Amino acid sequence: MSEEIDAEIRTTHVLDLAAEGKRLDGRGPDEYRKITVEPGFVATADGSALVRIGDTAVVAGIKLEPGKPFPDTPNAGVLTTNAELIPLSSPTFEPGPPQPGAIEVSRVVDRAIRAAETIDLTRLCVAPGEKSWICYVDMHVIDHAGNLIDASLLAALAALAHTTVPAKRFEIAELDYPLDVQHFPIECTFVRLGDAIVVDPTVDEERAAQGRLTVATDEAGRIVAMQKGLVGAFSPDDVKETVRRAFQHGAELREIAKGGGQ
Amino acid sequence: MGNIGAKEIPVLLSPEGLRIDGRRLDELRPLKIQAGALHQADGSAFVEWGANKVLAAVYGPREVHPRHLQQNHKAVIQCRYNMAAFSVDERKRPGLDRRSQEISKVIGEAFESVVFAEEFPRTSIDVYIEVLQANAGTRCAGLVAASVALADAGIPMVDLLPAVAVGKVGGAIALDLKKEEDNFGEADLPMALVPQSGRLVLLQMEGHLTEPELAQALDLGVKGCREIYERMKQALRDRYAVGPMTGASA
Repeated sequence: MSEEIDAEIRTTHVLDLAAEGKRLDGRGPDEYRKITVEPGFVATADGSALVRIGDTAVVAGIKLEPGKPFPDTPNAGVLTTNAELIPLSSPTFEPGPPQPGAIEVSRVVDRAIRAAETIDLTRLCVAPGEKSWICYVDMHVIDHAGNLIDASLLAALAALAHTTVPAKRFEIAELDYPLDVQHFPIECTFVRLGDAIVVDPTVDEERAAQGRLTVATDEAGRIVAMQKGLVGAFSPDDVKETVRRAFQHGAELREIAKGGGQ
Repeated sequence: MGNIGAKEIPVLLSPEGLRIDGRRLDELRPLKIQAGALHQADGSAFVEWGANKVLAAVYGPREVHPRHLQQNHKAVIQCRYNMAAFSVDERKRPGLDRRSQEISKVIGEAFESVVFAEEFPRTSIDVYIEVLQANAGTRCAGLVAASVALADAGIPMVDLLPAVAVGKVGGAIALDLKKEEDNFGEADLPMALVPQSGRLVLLQMEGHLTEPELAQALDLGVKGCREIYERMKQALRDRYAVGPMTGASA
């Protein structure tokens, strides 16, 4: 019960601060926490990255193996995205099959990767209708301090950008070669706190949130995916304003995802 | 992206600006809403929308199962969106796939945004959506059906939740996509509106839109929702009108 009371007090505090344009950790409403990208974090993966946004940490690992293309897209490889909110990362996550929260993270990340044509799937085709690469993107949340969607997509992109296709190991080509990443979609997540809409929410802010909105943009100036989540509402004008802010952050976050480091 | 070997793209927009089924860009598919379609449920609705057939049932407020989900200060809203195995061209494996679980989550959250859940502490309001026949826009059809079913069950809410998807077909922003338009369209943007506040409680998007296109799509969707809102109210009036029952509303 004390946990519930503590959460209630924090929620009230977060909302009171937001009304004055302030946040619990001293950030402005349009400020991300510090982001770092560490590519090649897992040597056994074909590509990997550890991404931190503040205290939130996500490891993404890429594995490629030969398989059969889907019958309706015989000339394309297969991309599979999965997010695991493992119990070690938060007291609120339980072991067992993926919960709706984890499914939402992976599907929203997947939507951005797919719609932005991040990977040219035709280049993952080996023999039309017969053989193609299956590209598994697995994202493990290892420390949940809020904003899992943005962190997971950044981790997935950084991992894909540092992926080597294991063509030699599977005797498909003489040499391994780097996976070609053609686009970098960026997701920016905002939450409503009273009349304020703030970017990159912490766990406390997500708990206090009266609606969450994620906007994915690409480098061509297009919106490629959106997701409203949590209980709450946004006016069409809120949505337009949020999209404008997402484009501004997108350019900066894209360089971080590409480059590694920070 | 290069040719992924999929089927050829049909012409989605005629030179006259008409769509494959002859509709204008801002025109809804035929929509029929029947409030109160089932006998066991506390509230229910049947929606036929274009070639979609969707049932919704509401049970509760009732005891919470599983028990640990119970909340001391409000009702929990548990939503299950499911597609029947025979609802699509190629048989779908029965049970909730990841898509269905995501849709269940966002629809549940949309209803939590409008239901006065604090009036029923320690209970559950269970919303079941069953897609019997699917032809794009099933989450919106399910939302509309479930919203009418909630009203039919007498659950107090801020407002009904009309919902519709807007998309981009043949380069133009269009209301209420049907299957071919959804499969070969350039963007899909389902939304649910609280008519009273003008705010959106469900919003998803996939595809490619510029900022001006998004603004246009939001406007068109809100207009569409307001049209659907009138139909939803009429369906409830038809069910509860004094005098002989009138059944489904056209």
